[in-house]
Amino acid sequence: MNKIFFCAAAILIAAYSVLGQNKPTAYINARIIPIVGQPIEQGILLVQNGKITAVGDARTVRLSSDVEIIDLAGKVVMPGLVDSHSHAGGGSGADGSSPIQPDVRLLDGINARAASLQRAQAGGITTVNVMPGSGHLDSGQTLYLKLRDNAVKIDDLLIFDKDGKYAGGIKFANGTNPIRAGGGSFPGTRAKSAALIREQFIKAQEYRDKIKKAGKDITKLPARDLAMETLVEVLEGKKVVHFHTHRHDDILTTLRLQKEFGFRLVLQHVSEGWKVADEIAKAKVASSIIMIDVPGGKLEAINLSLTTGAALEKAGALTGFHTDDSITDSRWFLRSAGMAVRAGMSREKALYGMTMANAIMLDLQDRTGSLEAGKDADFIVLSGDPLSVYTHVLQTWVEGKKVFDRSDPKDYLTAVGGVGAGDDSDGHTDFHDDELGGGN
Amino acid sequence: MKNLIFNARTRRLKAAKLSIFLNFASLLLSVFALTVIFATATNAQIAVKGETVWTMTGEPITNGVVLINNGKIEAVGPAASITIPANYRIMTAKVVTPGLIDAHTVVGLNGYLNQPHDQSGLDGSGPFQPELRAIDAYNAQETLVEWLRSLGVTTIHTGHQPSALVSGQTMIAKTAGSNVDEAVIIPTAMIAATFGQSGLAGAGKSPGTRAKAAAMLRAELIKALENSKKTDVPKDIKSEIMMRVIRREIPMMITAHKSQDIMTALRIAKEFNIRIVLDGVSDAHLLINEIKASGFPVFIHPTMARPGGDAANMSLTTAGKLKAAGIPVALQSGYEGYVPKTRVVLYEAAMAAANGMSRSDALALITIDAAKILGIDNRVGSIAKGKDADLALYDGDPFEYVTHCTGTIINGKVVSEIVR
Repeated sequence: MNKIFFCAAAILIAAYSVLGQNKPTAYINARIIPIVGQPIEQGILLVQNGKITAVGDARTVRLSSDVEIIDLAGKVVMPGLVDSHSHAGGGSGADGSSPIQPDVRLLDGINARAASLQRAQAGGITTVNVMPGSGHLDSGQTLYLKLRDNAVKIDDLLIFDKDGKYAGGIKFANGTNPIRAGGGSFPGTRAKSAALIREQFIKAQEYRDKIKKAGKDITKLPARDLAMETLVEVLEGKKVVHFHTHRHDDILTTLRLQKEFGFRLVLQHVSEGWKVADEIAKAKVASSIIMIDVPGGKLEAINLSLTTGAALEKAGALTGFHTDDSITDSRWFLRSAGMAVRAGMSREKALYGMTMANAIMLDLQDRTGSLEAGKDADFIVLSGDPLSVYTHVLQTWVEGKKVFDRSDPKDYLTAVGGVGAGDDSDGHTDFHDDELGGGN
Repeated sequence: MKNLIFNARTRRLKAAKLSIFLNFASLLLSVFALTVIFATATNAQIAVKGETVWTMTGEPITNGVVLINNGKIEAVGPAASITIPANYRIMTAKVVTPGLIDAHTVVGLNGYLNQPHDQSGLDGSGPFQPELRAIDAYNAQETLVEWLRSLGVTTIHTGHQPSALVSGQTMIAKTAGSNVDEAVIIPTAMIAATFGQSGLAGAGKSPGTRAKAAAMLRAELIKALENSKKTDVPKDIKSEIMMRVIRREIPMMITAHKSQDIMTALRIAKEFNIRIVLDGVSDAHLLINEIKASGFPVFIHPTMARPGGDAANMSLTTAGKLKAAGIPVALQSGYEGYVPKTRVVLYEAAMAAANGMSRSDALALITIDAAKILGIDNRVGSIAKGKDADLALYDGDPFEYVTHCTGTIINGKVVSEIVR
């Protein structure tokens, strides 16, 4: 069935390309790790108009006569990495005026040309959830970005849905970071943190009910409140809560809040997740974990364990990884999977956690995270095994366009560092040879 | 002699712990018996068999054996050439390396909690405090020390952090021992100085600029130079330590990232004919000729350190370039103020190996080359007869992400068998 479909699709696409601008491109001979489905030796990845049109090998994918061939013999191809928690772009969210600021958008405070976003491309990251910090219970709205090239403004990186709305979640935090002794409206204890969050969600429920009750009678609508509008979106499941939480009891508090208000939740960091893996799995909540070479550096991370990935896998919970850039550098994001495998996670789940699991957490599983026909052509070309330190990201492709090429001197500088590596992109000169010819 | 004391003390400590544990359940005799078993299991004679043994004295040995006796390496060579005596404990590993050396860290002075009570790397009362001894602050039982030990790091050059013009002294220690006396190899190794942004003092205080920092250090060195010519030398601890610098007995380790700061360090070293080690040195790749001509060694920054500020120009390839130029270079984990609270030189060297250095050269950054710069290569840094029996055991290529450290031996004792 699949074979027939792929062949049919290939023929259709070939026919279309005669009429259309964009020829199909076939990336052949690489070992393809599609993440969903088994690895394919000497695989073929067929791309057209920024989308994957087929994934298979010479037996299952037929190539049209006009197809452009890119031979990747000896290389490894896998989906572009998805980073579910980063501070690349240096965006800031909430200010010091109060602990809960759902109205504040990272959209309004991020640098689309930041060198850190270029470094993420060099690390093979194609999709990223950039977030404000964890010094607040809620520091504002996050952005899901595609790391397209030559971004002039943040709009160039946004991901839009069918209704034209850009994708993003909302950042919450508990534990020590939002607690400020004598900090005015900020919490002084963990219980106060939970109480403040509950208070706001209860207010949001009332706000939602007033709107519902008003129906078409606009005179009965409550006054517009940006914070409440955002929290209503959270209650309605339109925005996922990315909840910074380290200690096992803080994780359980987060699960308790989720149960009470029903919001959609991704646990972020989850340093002591290994202690409560079963509880996380039972709550059917996803976790995005950070991998750090040593525990500590802050009190709530003293029991951080690299075994959390393995524990969550065993418990059956959806598990991904993140860079928390600049806590870990986006350029070596693949290290996280390697470290998780060292600590007992399976290779399959670790790679899934770098890609598909994170895509699911960001509601982008229909667009990215695996190499499957119909998805965006977000993929990376590696020099070898994704879990080896000696492997380099050679190329990064977003929606069928090459955004990083290690053989390009400018991109190489981004990858290894040196004078000028930290400069922001000027948004215009980062072209690659293959794009100049007007290909896909 | 030190080893004997070390072993006896540890044995007593373990015995004490065991006796508390078994106090209500067992006879004194059983405690005694267990103590004897413990001593036999962890001490004295071990044969380590490795599919690959990186001796760092030549090509790695395939199917090698390292014999350990009385804290020292008794023999090393291919299995065919070595007869393992019957009573030796046999340990096996895919890969055996010399115990790793971190050329510059602050671990032991700074701890993993990152709370005021475990942060002793910096006294903020003044910009010039060379009299502060690392041995008076080192916590041998710090969790980070244990962590590094479990990953194969057996020797650390640690001390006051690079956050003041002169923050204090450094020391060299093994990552074993329950207190500083048991751990220390060299109590005063270097004087830690910093040029550049992180060495400047707060608002209104000196040094407030780079030139002021240089002027202040020169004034102190001039004072020490004058003192060294006097017959009635002032009896204060600041003068005493600085005279040791002037007499070239101990080097200054100058943390400097930007080109102008590196050049200032070289200029001052030349002016006063003192020994220095350049530390951090993000711009080193821009000053290869100058550094080479100076003859001074480099502790290069961690490969995975965050670029930015004074360190904006750092590169993964710098260590390889320095090595290729013939500059003595070792890898440091440096100072971290937050998460991760320390870096692990094993992983930082791995990234150098992945970016232009051979595995052998990258491993040398954290073994023999570090030992030479630190002046302790007569004891550590390679696997050779007569050297301290410090070994790291791995279940694969030590640089690979998925490889575990399976055992660590220090002074002939198995100090870690955690698979990490």
